[in-house]
Amino acid sequence: MVALPHPEAPALEHGDRRRRARQLRLVLAGVLLVTVLLSLAVGAAGTSLWQSLAAVLRGEAIPLSDSIVLWQIRAPRTLMGMGVGAALAVSGALMQGLFRNPLADPGIVGVSAGAGLGAITAIVLGAFLPLGLLTALGFYLVPLAAFLGSWLSTILLYRVATRSGRTSVAVMLLAGIALGALTGAASGVMVYIADDNQLRDLTFWGMGSLAGATWPKVLTGMAVILPALCAAPLLARGLNALSLGEAAAYHLGIRIQRVKNLAILAVAAATGAAVAMSGGIGFVGIVVPHLLRLVSGPDHRELLPNAALLGAALLLVADIISRVVIAPAELPIGIVTAILGGPFFLWILLRQRGVLDL
Amino acid sequence: MNAPLTHAPAAAEADEHLSGRNIRLGLRGKQILDSVDFTARPGEVTAIVGPNGSGKTTLLRCLTGEIAGQCAPGSTIRMGALDVTRAEPWLLAQRRAVLAQATSLAFPFTVLEVVRLGAEGAGGAARARQALAQVDLGHYAERYYQELSGGEQQRVQLARVLAQLDAPRGHHGPRWLFLDEPVSALDIGHQLQVMEIARAFARNGGGVVAVMHDLNLTAMFAQEVVLLNQGRVLGAGAPAEVLTDRLLETAYGCRLRIGVAPRDGLFLLPQTAEQGN
Ligand SMILES: Nc1ncnc2c1ncn2[C@@H]1O[C@H](COP(=O)(O)OP(=O)(O)OP(=O)(O)O)[C@@H](O)[C@H]1O
Ligand SMILES: [Mg+2]
Repeated sequence: MVALPHPEAPALEHGDRRRRARQLRLVLAGVLLVTVLLSLAVGAAGTSLWQSLAAVLRGEAIPLSDSIVLWQIRAPRTLMGMGVGAALAVSGALMQGLFRNPLADPGIVGVSAGAGLGAITAIVLGAFLPLGLLTALGFYLVPLAAFLGSWLSTILLYRVATRSGRTSVAVMLLAGIALGALTGAASGVMVYIADDNQLRDLTFWGMGSLAGATWPKVLTGMAVILPALCAAPLLARGLNALSLGEAAAYHLGIRIQRVKNLAILAVAAATGAAVAMSGGIGFVGIVVPHLLRLVSGPDHRELLPNAALLGAALLLVADIISRVVIAPAELPIGIVTAILGGPFFLWILLRQRGVLDL
Repeated sequence: MNAPLTHAPAAAEADEHLSGRNIRLGLRGKQILDSVDFTARPGEVTAIVGPNGSGKTTLLRCLTGEIAGQCAPGSTIRMGALDVTRAEPWLLAQRRAVLAQATSLAFPFTVLEVVRLGAEGAGGAARARQALAQVDLGHYAERYYQELSGGEQQRVQLARVLAQLDAPRGHHGPRWLFLDEPVSALDIGHQLQVMEIARAFARNGGGVVAVMHDLNLTAMFAQEVVLLNQGRVLGAGAPAEVLTDRLLETAYGCRLRIGVAPRDGLFLLPQTAEQGN
């Protein structure tokens, strides 16, 4: 994993950590590059592609079988891993800024579950849509439905948990539990009325895996994720100001309502597309921003781009582990991130006991 | 920009006032401000005083624009030529900065980073350091904000507010400093220091509006006092006109006797209070 400086010894450049955050961005970009190469080369069943990869980089021809594995299987999978990882990490950071709370995360507070319900509904009930509409939407149907699901649940959650700009952690988590239970039940009903074909689709999707990556699927997902990632930095200044509270943010010249609406949209788009592509992958959204805040501070101007890089790299690493650890079989990636992220999350809670009054 | 600037050189003086006329505001069905008239002049420290719950913070929030949109029709609030009730937040942010009664911080920023949240754009870093030095916290730049004491945190917030305005006057006129109980959490040394900062800001051409609980400091530093009681203005004018036995007794509900200090100015001892009403 990424070598991070010790969190307890922040050698601050006179209190401003932006320079360090920029250096960190270079490091993270380098790490991401390495993980991309690894993800392309390393594979199950001894299909290591280092030589072919080297040949491609030299501009030489490679055997057709290698070429198919590389371009039709590994490349879309790698791109999907990057997209999903970046989307999860950035939507985590955005949501924490919006809720003014470092524990907010789409996975924890039920937004991913909302996206999941949207996706499942689309898979099961999509067949009932008029044929013209169905073909027009094509691959976009599931990501769009997931986006709608996560958008509605974010809005609902924000309405419930936030009163005049203050979020109650307890209410947020409880509302998340209720939302998760509700969407879980609704998803259960959908699974119940699904036919065998759809059931197979659902099972593949629900395992939380990058295995099903195909170019059309990845490209449609990226078409939703990329705008959200590009919009995120525009929100950085607003989210920084919001960390002082809504009134102070307004006094600093921020149009609060616009920032909030945009942040909710971006969270919904990124989470929705990530969930539609890969099912439930937890903890990236909470672990990545938290690590980055420890190292280079909470300034969203640096946090958001760094989160995209680290999230992408982390998910690729998790995917590589999921591919090789019980090869030739594959571990669902959601299990890997849960094993890595779960203990880390508990550690965050332990560290913040007393600081956060829950 | 829906608040056009009209510079009429002849009327420049009166044009630069901060003025509220007939401010009426109800929140959740309760009338909180009732026909409040308010004027503050640049070059002066204007104090808003009154008992708890009399509407001081609410009036300040109207004047800063924060809840100006919620005032009843017929209320007008102008900052020079700018209509505060309809001005864009970024336009207001260039002309006034606001220190709230309490500010929370969601993430672990350092002291300097908090101040930099106020200091945007060119020269921001220098302005932030200068503001920190002004409140006596230059050596705290790299500490974590959340590790400071309550009074230190309040001074950091003041530094952030000072850093937001790069000078007491800009090309469009005076800038305004709104302070809600700036000294309530401070020791007497820093109370004086903060009030001196406010006075200096006014002397350099800016305007200061401060909500105060300490009537002695008010008498010492304010040129204009507005006394609020139950959402109405009980008195407005120079400290000696407003801080009188009769008005204070009406407002605070206990007998108080104004004394005069050996040097010029007023002073008031809590010991002179008598159980009343
Ligand atoms: N958002 C709100 N909704 C309903 N009532 C409010 C709201 N804000 C303030 N009030 C009421 O308005 C009245 C004036 O409040 P305000 O905060 O302006 O008092 P204050 O003069 O600043 O008091 P203090 O000296 O305690 O700070 C109080 O009775 C308060 O309960
Ligand atoms: Mg108040």
